[in-house]
Amino acid sequence: MKQTKNSTNGMAFIIGASSVGTLIEWYDFYIFGMLATIISKQFFPEDSGTSALLSTLAIFAAGFIVRPFGALVFGRLGDLIGRKYTFLLTLILMGGSTFAIGLVPGFKSIGWAAPLIVLALRLVQGLALGGEYGGAATYVAEHAPPHRRGYWTSWIQTTATLGLFLALGVIILIRDTQGVEKFSGEWGGWRYPFWLSLLLVFVSILIRMKMSESPMFAKVKAEGKTAVNPLKESFGHRANFKMVLLALFGGVMGQGVIWYTGQFYAQSFLENTVKLEFMQNREILLWSIALATPFFVLFGWLSDRIGRKWIMLTGMLLGVIFYRPIFKSLLKSADVKEWVKDINLSKGDQTVTQVKVTKRDTILNNATSLNVEVLHLKTSHSLINGNKWTALTSDTITRSEAGLIPDSKPVYSDKILSPILKWKFIFLIWVMVIFVTMVYGPMAAFLVELFPTKIRYTSMSLPYHIGNGVFGGLVPFLGTLIVEFTKTKDFPLGDPLAGLWYPIGIAALCFLIGAIYLPNKIDNNVMD
Amino acid sequence: MNNLKKWLGIVWMLLSPAIVVFMLLQAADKINKATDATKANVTLQWSIILIIFFPICIGFLIFGYYGFKGYYDQLPTKSSEITDY
Repeated sequence: MKQTKNSTNGMAFIIGASSVGTLIEWYDFYIFGMLATIISKQFFPEDSGTSALLSTLAIFAAGFIVRPFGALVFGRLGDLIGRKYTFLLTLILMGGSTFAIGLVPGFKSIGWAAPLIVLALRLVQGLALGGEYGGAATYVAEHAPPHRRGYWTSWIQTTATLGLFLALGVIILIRDTQGVEKFSGEWGGWRYPFWLSLLLVFVSILIRMKMSESPMFAKVKAEGKTAVNPLKESFGHRANFKMVLLALFGGVMGQGVIWYTGQFYAQSFLENTVKLEFMQNREILLWSIALATPFFVLFGWLSDRIGRKWIMLTGMLLGVIFYRPIFKSLLKSADVKEWVKDINLSKGDQTVTQVKVTKRDTILNNATSLNVEVLHLKTSHSLINGNKWTALTSDTITRSEAGLIPDSKPVYSDKILSPILKWKFIFLIWVMVIFVTMVYGPMAAFLVELFPTKIRYTSMSLPYHIGNGVFGGLVPFLGTLIVEFTKTKDFPLGDPLAGLWYPIGIAALCFLIGAIYLPNKIDNNVMD
Repeated sequence: MNNLKKWLGIVWMLLSPAIVVFMLLQAADKINKATDATKANVTLQWSIILIIFFPICIGFLIFGYYGFKGYYDQLPTKSSEITDY
């Protein structure tokens, strides 16, 4: 009994020490994505609009793209010198580069050098993260008892989500304290989350210094059986390389797109397409993630009993089936036209609290050859049920007895949902995060069991980071890009749901490959 | 099931170059349609996409070839079966 308790306490320390560093690395990585809209304004020329956002997302994606290279570099180190020192190194690189991003002056101060420096630092971040996860997952799995490997490694999986949670929390706190304008300025509060990273990394290094080397790696090393050339042994031999390919195309490729669609594309969609107000968007995501996080552990635990394969594949299939209905529902539920359809204006169901002329232009009307006045109007609306929004109208203005009447259709933004609608949104995002927990919870144990100890770090890191870094990391970028393709002169907004075809297609393909090629067997002996 | 793995291997082998050709055609189309102001940006975006996905498609082709040759018919149960050297 006492031995079991000690063993559990020992595992708790191993999990804690591994997780803290991984959590901080994810935190570092996510703050960039969450602040993408502000960063695009700070590091790119003004008025670039979607182009600047796409460039920022491209820099965000660059951090993901180099992750497989980080997996190769640090995976090799981990298999040669050990797990412990390798992920200490990745932690220092990650923290240092994140801190430095917070110090880069904006485009206004140093021009194009700004985005280039940020890109370089982002690449360092990506490289470091490429070496981190494989190390932590391997380290925990090599300590865990065989019948509880899925359960213990699933705690590592929660760190990615908790890192996201921490990043969101810090951003909201600073933004709330400072106010929107100050937060978004060149040297505003958006930089603080980057600076905070230095402190977090310092604490994590202190914790990780107390860790000992993985017993399996220590044994392999003591016996002189470490790999001479882990890269060659991992990818140069068919027997292992075929498992690397199977892990990628039958597992992590689908996991990557499910994860990034549920947590990142959803956030970007709510902000840029649904046009939710910044704080409420984050609040919805925070609640959804908080309520779904325990399911990582639940599905990790379940995978120890019924196998990893079908839990992961079910998560993918559910994503394929439900993404379009869920995103469609998000879009429709926040449609202002639907909100105002049944309201009774005479009863005061809607109030217009502010009408503001934000800009006044005079332009030449080609049809009449006369100068016409163009006003840019901003009006704030609120409904009795709690729904609120801002309408922006920019067009020629005709005068009537009723006053100024804008000719064009208004553009709605800063939508705030009523409490009922907000909880509906939380539920829908939560459902998508549940899909994430299904595919991601058992993933570390699944990968660890596919490869032998002496080349495990290298072999599992590469497919994991191609699946997550490339296939997953590109979801926001490719999703936005695909929507751009659907825009035409007659259809200027395009199809807002078109971006979902990328994750749906990849997840469907991965499901098919996984269902046919993957084994559902739990490998009880990962010591070999 | 092993027969299915083999025949699907051919599908993956055909799908891989098809994806590459599709991406090249898309890239050419989008770059041609881009205005002078956005051309550099669009070219950069598509260059990134092509550079990333080209090696992955080669990996997918090899995966299909392994499937077709029957290398996935029997998966290893021990690490000694993986290290074939």
